[in-house]
Amino acid sequence: MQDNSARAGTTLTAHATPILAEADRLMTVCNSCRYCEGLCAVFPAMEMRRSFGDGDLNYLANLCHGCGACYADCQFAPPHEFHVNVPKTLAIARAESYAAYAWPRAFSGLFARNGLAIAIIAALSVAAFIAGFAAWNDPPVLLGSHEGPGAFYRLMPHDWMAGIFGAAFLYAVVAMAMGALAFWRDIGRPEAGLGEVGRAAGDAATLRYLDGGGVGCMNEDEKPTDNRRLHHHLTFYGFLLCFASTSVATGYHYLLGMQAPYPWYDLPVLLGTAGGIGLLIGPAGLLAAKMRRDPALVDESRWGMEVAFLVMLFLTALTGLALLVLRATPAMGLLLALHLGVVFSLFVTMPYGRFVHGLYRFLALVRYARERRMIADGTAGEA
Amino acid sequence: MVDWSKTWDVLVVGGGNAALCAAISAARGGASVLVLEAAPRFYRGGNTRHTRNMRCAHDAATDILTGPYTEEEFWDDLLRVTGGRTDEQLARFMIAESKPMLTWIAEQGVRWQPSLGGTLSLGRTNSFFLGGGRAMLNALYLTAESLGVEVAYDAEVVALDIDGGTFRQATVKRPDGNHILRARALVAAAGGFESNFDWLREHWGSPADNFLIRGTPYNKGKVLRLLLDAGVEAIGDPTQCHAVAIDARAPKFDGGIITRLDCVVFGIVVNKDAVRFYDEGEDVWPKRYAIWGRLVAAQPDQIAYIVFDAPSLGMFMPSLYPAIGAASIRELAGKLGLDPDALERTVNDFNAAVRPGSFDHTILDDCRTEGLTPPKSHWARRIEKPPFYAYPVRPGITFTYLGTRVNRDARMRMADGSDAANMFAAGEIMAGNVLGQGYAAGMGMTIGSVFGRIAGREAAIGARG
Repeated sequence: MQDNSARAGTTLTAHATPILAEADRLMTVCNSCRYCEGLCAVFPAMEMRRSFGDGDLNYLANLCHGCGACYADCQFAPPHEFHVNVPKTLAIARAESYAAYAWPRAFSGLFARNGLAIAIIAALSVAAFIAGFAAWNDPPVLLGSHEGPGAFYRLMPHDWMAGIFGAAFLYAVVAMAMGALAFWRDIGRPEAGLGEVGRAAGDAATLRYLDGGGVGCMNEDEKPTDNRRLHHHLTFYGFLLCFASTSVATGYHYLLGMQAPYPWYDLPVLLGTAGGIGLLIGPAGLLAAKMRRDPALVDESRWGMEVAFLVMLFLTALTGLALLVLRATPAMGLLLALHLGVVFSLFVTMPYGRFVHGLYRFLALVRYARERRMIADGTAGEA
Repeated sequence: MVDWSKTWDVLVVGGGNAALCAAISAARGGASVLVLEAAPRFYRGGNTRHTRNMRCAHDAATDILTGPYTEEEFWDDLLRVTGGRTDEQLARFMIAESKPMLTWIAEQGVRWQPSLGGTLSLGRTNSFFLGGGRAMLNALYLTAESLGVEVAYDAEVVALDIDGGTFRQATVKRPDGNHILRARALVAAAGGFESNFDWLREHWGSPADNFLIRGTPYNKGKVLRLLLDAGVEAIGDPTQCHAVAIDARAPKFDGGIITRLDCVVFGIVVNKDAVRFYDEGEDVWPKRYAIWGRLVAAQPDQIAYIVFDAPSLGMFMPSLYPAIGAASIRELAGKLGLDPDALERTVNDFNAAVRPGSFDHTILDDCRTEGLTPPKSHWARRIEKPPFYAYPVRPGITFTYLGTRVNRDARMRMADGSDAANMFAAGEIMAGNVLGQGYAAGMGMTIGSVFGRIAGREAAIGARG
């Protein structure tokens, strides 16, 4: 009898990449065990299948929130010879899927050395804004104090600012929509209605599956904590508040004719300040958790991508809050250039960095919402 | 670091469910507790690593249990699976004590969930651990450590100093050398001897070499041997072990639950001579699960092959290794290393004996053979649609039955009929007291938790005077 133990779970299905072949092997192992089915969405979704194509595996990879509970709970995790490490394997598959869905395809290489790429783009962007400010403004204007409505626009005309950021934002939206479309096609264009979208939105908003089945993440060891969920909430809602702040300010400008900067008690500033604080604490907490994370769970080659996105969010908040505090001082000009440079690079790199995880995970949750209904209705294959 | 010079109140030997329940309950009783686990940290917990549920009596449905499971029904099940080889008083006592376990175990940080996919038959009787046995262990270890229990891994007890019925000290082998460890009470919760091939060979002879062990290589029965040699009364059939048929491609140790195969009822089972040897359709699968290990153990070279055809693939739980497939029975025989003529003859004889019926694998249906020896009494369908498939199977040993006799305080009894002064046992090492033979899902964990909790409590009371 040949010794197959080292290849336990190996199937005959052909896969596009080695990591998808490994993911297939693990899902075959896990499907014959099923002890983890109560932990998250990945395992119930797995149980609906007996074989796993690339699209299925990309779906499961993006459905995984990386809470690590299944690794701490697995009797077949390394050093066991079955070598079952679902969080890490799916993390790599997930990252590779981001590159595969990137639009335009020519830019998918940005995912390969993502930390470096984003650092360079951010540096160039900041440099361009500072240079632009210096070229267009005389030193007394750039280094002077400005107060009252329209103060920012003395350094950069509003139409320019709106034009540049509108274009960057639009580009990011189009590129990400194309990526989302590619993902949706890859996972077989599942049918989904408003009910599924609502359900997925609820799951995403509460990070329902970043809780190790109820107790929290297994980050450093098998002792669960809820820190990552808390910090992700701070990050996500901080980001939304900042986005809301910008949206309200845009409304003020065009609908009410009120020009920034706004007083501290006005809505855009309140929203931006709250969001900015969230975006300082959240990414810092996530970064700290990342540094303490059990190395066995970490996809080391994507360290740069993970860190770059958190650092960009942190810098966005830091420069934004600094601008708020120091906006009446001569530092305002340079801080504005700095903040705009960071925000601009955040926008244009959004489709080529960790930001897209939210998009694909949301779509995976939409599909899972449908599958969960099929399980409940008894219309699923193995329900 | 463990203080080896200290005299502990309670020494717990073993690191699984029973050991940790004992450690926790002793610590809650105010005792200082040291747990010695022979395995490295990752492999801690013995067979508990591979468990997934516990069978507890309950009078009403709960969040995770679909209906009541009374003490009387539990007793009936135990009586049936053991064929009466049980200590009724002790078994009924354990069943009564299993009721509060549903709460007590959860209070130790273990989380319950409803029965897993593919195990609906256990939904009313068995409570499943969220995340499985290792998750349960992780929770118990965290709780024990938070109570001040100390744990040493790679710590194998190699000698016990026992004077009459009184435990004095243990010799512990560690990577850094041997240590002498003194304690006022001993809880032995170190499992059986299923991984000890020398011991298995004593009863099974050379066929034991072809057995696969479903748990870790650390279940060597060392502590059991030391206790029996020191005059503790033995219980349980020393020759018997719980064996199921598992995929022959599984590793020698620790393949766990995922190497099981549920497909015997869908085909025929032949030995290395390509000959059938037992009625594959005798009873519904969960009830028959445990006889096939022993059946295969009795065949030449302890190997057998489950053979079925295309329509059956997909009717049972997916398994770890792919079925071996071929376009014809002859080709399949070639891939399995069987005589093609013999396998073809066996399949043809079987097919010719199959009577028409309406197939339903969920009940004892009317699909059977006629004039065939041995018969297939249910679910007999002709094996005729290619591709044809086979799984090779070998005996997979789960646990052994030999143990130490205990009373309802989990206190060991000595061979001279007296009670041990300060020695207690819990889990697989004393399971033979209630489980003389047979098994039903989740009973091992019930025995471990119930007697572990009692052993820890009684040991603490004794040690603290």
